[in-house]
Amino acid sequence: MNCDAVMRSVSSYIDGELGIAIREEFEVHLKACKDCTIFVQQTKFTVDIFSSAELTDLPAEARSRLHEKLRRMTQIPKRP
Amino acid sequence: MACAILVVRSIQTGLLANLAGNPAKARTLSTPNPHRLPSKIAREDEHLLVAAAKSGDAAAFEELVNRYERKIFRLTMNITRNREDAEDALQDAFMKAYSHLGGFQEDSRFYTWLVRIAANEALMRLRKRRPNQFSLDEPIESEDDVIPQEIEDWGPSPEQRYAQTEMREILDGVIDQLQPDFRVTFLLRDVEGLSTEETAEALGISEAAVKSRLLRARLKLRQKLDRVFRQGGAH
Repeated sequence: MNCDAVMRSVSSYIDGELGIAIREEFEVHLKACKDCTIFVQQTKFTVDIFSSAELTDLPAEARSRLHEKLRRMTQIPKRP
Repeated sequence: MACAILVVRSIQTGLLANLAGNPAKARTLSTPNPHRLPSKIAREDEHLLVAAAKSGDAAAFEELVNRYERKIFRLTMNITRNREDAEDALQDAFMKAYSHLGGFQEDSRFYTWLVRIAANEALMRLRKRRPNQFSLDEPIESEDDVIPQEIEDWGPSPEQRYAQTEMREILDGVIDQLQPDFRVTFLLRDVEGLSTEETAEALGISEAAVKSRLLRARLKLRQKLDRVFRQGGAH
């Protein structure tokens, strides 16, 4: 496996979707290639930093409007 | 009503116990996750709340709203990139969820179902506002332009070099530049934690298209963060 193939397979590698043989080839390449190791680390960091980012605050007035609408709606009896 | 409150309270107690047993995920480079769960936020008690809400328990539905309103707002905000549209999409998503709850078959998780509704509401508004910029049908481009020619280390952990608010601004800035179809795929898959199959279903595209867009989105975001982190913060 060369650098180009590693870079195109990085997403599947991060998600654990590579077959065993391909994953082994991928990891053998990483052991010998510093650039690809950094690239994979950076790509994984990118995924992790977004998935663990703080939630956007829901503004208090927006939350009040949402709950007021829902309250009005849930007071209406549902059809059987 | 007393029963409903009791159910919600016992659910919340169970939730705290679950959270205590599940420290924040910490995947490492050497251990790719071969069995990624469809969601990071699925909670065992969700079906009890849904069942109660289906039978007309407004308090149970409100608990579901309380639980997911911030996540859904994050999603609608990230898709529309417009505060007014995000709020409208949030409201309409919960209103639609409530009025269609009877038809929810529970073959997927409530949260996944809700995300699909919210994503569609947000996408509808995005299409109205930027009709020429968004299409899920457009051909998939190659990754050639996002495959780096040279790699440079980002130095000490960027998480430690930037304050939390500064990092949030950086992330907002780079995701805003991502093409909408790639942004939506990335948000559903990597931020909301939907599986490839669930993302494909939500967007009405094939799983192969989800994987391809996800790779491109991740590489594009890495490329944009690379510019920021190598320059020490300018973006």
